[in-house]
Amino acid sequence: MKKIHQITILTGVLLSPVIKADEWSGYAGIELRYFPENALFEVQDHNINGSLLFEPEYYTAWDEARQSFTFSPFLRLDQQDSERTHFDIRELTWLKAADEWELRVGIRKVFWGVTESSHLVDIINQTDLIENLDTEDKLGQPMINLALIRDWGTLDFFVMPGFRERTFPGIEGRLRTQPRVDTDNPVYESAAEEKHIDLAVRWSHYIGDFDIGLSHFYGTSREPRFVFGVNASEPVLIPHYDIIHQTGLDIQATKGNWLWKLESIYRTGQPTVNGDDDFIALAGGFEYTFVGVFESAVDLGLVIEYLFDDRDGEASTPFENDAIIAWRLALNDEQSTELLAGVIFDLEDSSKFFNLEASRRIGDNWKLEVEARLFADIPENDIQFVFRDEDYLQVTLARYF
Amino acid sequence: MRNYLALMLFMIPYISLAETPEEKGLAIAVEMDKRDTGWVDSSNDLQMILRNAQGQESKRDIRLKALEVDGDGDKSLSIFDTPNDVKGTAFLSFTHATKPDDQWLYLPALKRVKRISSANKSGPFMGSEFAYEDISSQEVEKYTYKWLRDEMLDGQEVFVVERYPEYEHSGYKRMLTWVDKEIYMPLKVEFYDRKDALLKTLTIHDYKQYLDQFWRPDRQEMINHQSKKSTTLLWSNYKFKTGLSDRDFDKNSLKRAR
Repeated sequence: MKKIHQITILTGVLLSPVIKADEWSGYAGIELRYFPENALFEVQDHNINGSLLFEPEYYTAWDEARQSFTFSPFLRLDQQDSERTHFDIRELTWLKAADEWELRVGIRKVFWGVTESSHLVDIINQTDLIENLDTEDKLGQPMINLALIRDWGTLDFFVMPGFRERTFPGIEGRLRTQPRVDTDNPVYESAAEEKHIDLAVRWSHYIGDFDIGLSHFYGTSREPRFVFGVNASEPVLIPHYDIIHQTGLDIQATKGNWLWKLESIYRTGQPTVNGDDDFIALAGGFEYTFVGVFESAVDLGLVIEYLFDDRDGEASTPFENDAIIAWRLALNDEQSTELLAGVIFDLEDSSKFFNLEASRRIGDNWKLEVEARLFADIPENDIQFVFRDEDYLQVTLARYF
Repeated sequence: MRNYLALMLFMIPYISLAETPEEKGLAIAVEMDKRDTGWVDSSNDLQMILRNAQGQESKRDIRLKALEVDGDGDKSLSIFDTPNDVKGTAFLSFTHATKPDDQWLYLPALKRVKRISSANKSGPFMGSEFAYEDISSQEVEKYTYKWLRDEMLDGQEVFVVERYPEYEHSGYKRMLTWVDKEIYMPLKVEFYDRKDALLKTLTIHDYKQYLDQFWRPDRQEMINHQSKKSTTLLWSNYKFKTGLSDRDFDKNSLKRAR
């Protein structure tokens, strides 16, 4: 025992100047959602929903930080929606970094893309949609990822065994479709179902002011299409996961106060009701930042982006020919106060989606986040029509450690 | 380096003759740069203590790595350990003498690397009284210079040199710098805003010498005269020539910086 202890101390002493040893971090929080309007259906009989959140992270590194292990579970306990009460392993990864390559094995989250209003190119992880409509919460994806790092850029290869189904609200939950999505009986195109091994490759590089990514994905679509079905005499939407090919391109040009952004995808293998088998979607625009407005430290950014999906009315997104205008305010104060307020509006019909996100640190360890979403003037034929009474205000208070 | 060498050769005939104040100011800057060249790479810890006008404090812990680049500005990687909600956030910067810097930010919650605009040079770094332009690497070509006078500051002989930013988006019209004649490092800087009003005073304390050549301070104090806020920087754990390479300063290393 004594010997082991000495060795531990010795290694600790040797490593301590270079790396911090193992550590826990993360947050625990409480979230409240208030829906001013009653839901469309009696079973969703609530206007206030409370949630508890917990996402710790364990990290340890060795081999002069060339190897590391990260574990990050996630838990939400939801007051009203039993589907929203859920557990996930966001990360459980071993990493080995060498001069010309990096290998990651385990469960991870990977982000691709540049635009603010939608994340078309980002396809590695399944969306944890029940967390938030904004599709920015993701389920952990099992994978082997090898990155080759060369002068001409980084080439990432992904082998992904094990598909994760998209999460949807349960029958009692707000912000759901009618009929609800039946997550217990998904349909897969592949006979291997959720065991299909998905593959992806991405080249990314920066050349001067340009950051470029070019990717291809082959495997189970993260985005399902829906077919009507019945579950115990209740009408439901059955998620149908096709095998797709998707090529994605993302470019950002950073020119002084201007950020010019473009994301585009071409997907085949996911037929629409009309039988079209392929489509193109894109999102592009700019963010311009006024630095130090009103002779203060405040930065004010203007975001304008255009969203297009050539499936048009058959698109699985409401943003098939839409534009976003948003303002981003960063006070650059000690509390890192930030605010993003904007509207996505359809260029063909009257529908508007208002969004406000604000955050501020309180003291050293607490953070308050406020989010408000408003669906306005949604016509009956818009897929957002079902959300017409689902405006909400959300307040989250989290303690970070 | 090549540029500075050319500058120095160009100046040799003038040094012995009567120098103009501009030439003397530039010569001091070139000498400062020359004495601080050759550290190759460095790493250190930084604690920032932010104080508002009421004296309330908040702290940030940052680890920094830097790589010297010949003929251009340095590369640097900053990793934030506290406040806890920004833990794991990392900032990669390739500074350039006169053209805009290249900057990327890694946001750990989204696992997203964002290329960000470097036009916010005058903006506060982490809510502190230090602007991005105050903490980025100091290249000779970033300013024009004018030597004003020699004087004594706290018992040290100093040059007083005025600097004028030559890069875009600076928040300053000019800076007054008190340079220690012995170690050729700044002891005090006064920052004047675009309207030429005194904005901030920086004092630099407790220089220590590393590798028998490079002088680094333990503490810096920045006071904002207009907002009455102040920031203390406490530097520690300085290391040089630890074997860092370009590979430690790319978008891949940004994603796994901890």
